[in-house]
Amino acid sequence: MQIVSAQDVNFSYGENTVIRGVSFSVGRSEITAIIGPNGSGKTTLLKLINGTLLPEKGEVGVAGKNTARYTRREIAKKVSIVPQETSLIFPYYAEEIVLMGRFPHLGNYRFENKNDYSIVHEAMERTDTLSFARRRFNELSAGERQRVLIARALAQEPEVLLLDESTAFLDLKHQLRFLRLLKKLKAEKQLTIVFVTHDINLAAQHADKIILLYSGKIYAIGNPAEVISARNMKEVYEVDVLVDVGLQNRSPRITLLT
Amino acid sequence: MTASRVLKVSLLMLFVFIMLCLVSLAVGSVHVEWGVILRFLGKALTGNFSIYSQEELIVASVRLPRVLFAGVVGAVLSVGGVIFQALLRNPLADPYILGISGGAAVGAITGIVIGASSFYLGIPLLAFCGALITVFLLFVIAGGARGALMDNSLLLTGVVINAFFAAAILFFLSLVGSLELHSITFWLMGDLSRAAWGEIGLAALCLFAGFFLLYGQAGKLNLLVQGEETALHLGVNVERTKPWLLVVTSLMVSVTVALAGLIGFVGIMVPHMMRLLFGSDHRMLMPVAALFGASFLVIADTLSRVLMMPSELPVGVITALCGAPYFIFLLKRKSL
Repeated sequence: MQIVSAQDVNFSYGENTVIRGVSFSVGRSEITAIIGPNGSGKTTLLKLINGTLLPEKGEVGVAGKNTARYTRREIAKKVSIVPQETSLIFPYYAEEIVLMGRFPHLGNYRFENKNDYSIVHEAMERTDTLSFARRRFNELSAGERQRVLIARALAQEPEVLLLDESTAFLDLKHQLRFLRLLKKLKAEKQLTIVFVTHDINLAAQHADKIILLYSGKIYAIGNPAEVISARNMKEVYEVDVLVDVGLQNRSPRITLLT
Repeated sequence: MTASRVLKVSLLMLFVFIMLCLVSLAVGSVHVEWGVILRFLGKALTGNFSIYSQEELIVASVRLPRVLFAGVVGAVLSVGGVIFQALLRNPLADPYILGISGGAAVGAITGIVIGASSFYLGIPLLAFCGALITVFLLFVIAGGARGALMDNSLLLTGVVINAFFAAAILFFLSLVGSLELHSITFWLMGDLSRAAWGEIGLAALCLFAGFFLLYGQAGKLNLLVQGEETALHLGVNVERTKPWLLVVTSLMVSVTVALAGLIGFVGIMVPHMMRLLFGSDHRMLMPVAALFGASFLVIADTLSRVLMMPSELPVGVITALCGAPYFIFLLKRKSL
């Protein structure tokens, strides 16, 4: 069953067309990676999925409903996103940031109840952030902040989790923990994951499906073995790579030829 | 954050506010005994407003309205500061910086010059219009093609509008006679002494209604301070929420400015101190800022009455004297 679908989507910022005629679908509890060079429209595509941006042409559907017909609060219960970075002017504790993930589930004039706190506790436990729950968000390192934002996105209890370069600041231990967590959530809660990354080997190793974007169009889509080829990399990234097979799960693996 | 914690802290601060009010009722150019105050308040609470002594008369008709008015004005300015700082993501923003108070001031002064003070609520109404026009200007000038309110352009527009209003006020001052000049200059520095019961009631009504409406948006403010993008991602309809907050807050503030004059820096100092003490969750910050702001202005007004006895200072002088150094201290600090 598909949970995200895009049909012939166009989007532009003013004169500058960023997404042209993009169609794809993502099945429930599928892990999809979006790769492509800088400025190819990866982040814009994520924002089209969570309805922050609406397509000029075509339509994007989430759980069988057009994103244009959702209220912000409704769609925030279905789709959460982990942004690249967030800046904070006022002091908040890490725990308070994660608690804000419960916002779409709360009404006006409401406070979090025991259930909300236990969801937040679980999200922080899973992202290894409990140890600095009572520290100021601003005082954390980039990797720690990233994990807090991941915890916030999990506290939203989404059906679709969007990740924008979320492993970029994580050390090896936390990268591994995070990837394991994603697979666990996929199996346990049928969580659907769409992630943007520049790390092609990471995408090849962990994604069920890869979307290769090239100047706003889908250049290739399919399983890693179909998309990651020396020819595609040459066409899209203008680099020569050697593609062989990874030893762990036989996924394609690239090496930059210098 | 839990509701019971907010309630506990708020009740504690309400108690402090009431104690400060009692002290303020006692001190002044005529000292009134505690017994007299408590006896009078006890009587008034049971609905008996008869007055038996000169001391009681001073408490009932001079000090009590003034103290209550100071409380209401302090609360409004502080809550206004909290909201504007969150909306602009800038701890130095408040209704003054944005020019909304200035707009109300120009409206009120126009009223004084054309003699609108002879009509009931003539001056407050004009001030209200001045503030509304300012909000409208802020939207038109700072709002982009789709009416999106950009953080920085809004702040800069406020600075420009303020400069224009300062010129307009000076222009009016050069037109008027010495009698009006005195009342305008006193008003420009903040004056809590002239409000009648009806006007105090009006300001209080605005405070309670405004606070009730704004408090429902407290959760959204927590997300808005993290930027529009984050707020959108987490389920806030930014394009609807921001103008709504801006309009409600402006209305609340403009009525207060019309009645009390320009009292600066309260809206910057109080929210910042409360953030240091209680954190930035707006569900806590809004009530504590309101109550502390009320207490703060009662203290400032009491000082303005007793520092130069028997003559009085405008309360805006006191708030500016502590506020300006605090502002610089804020600017110099690295972390806000």
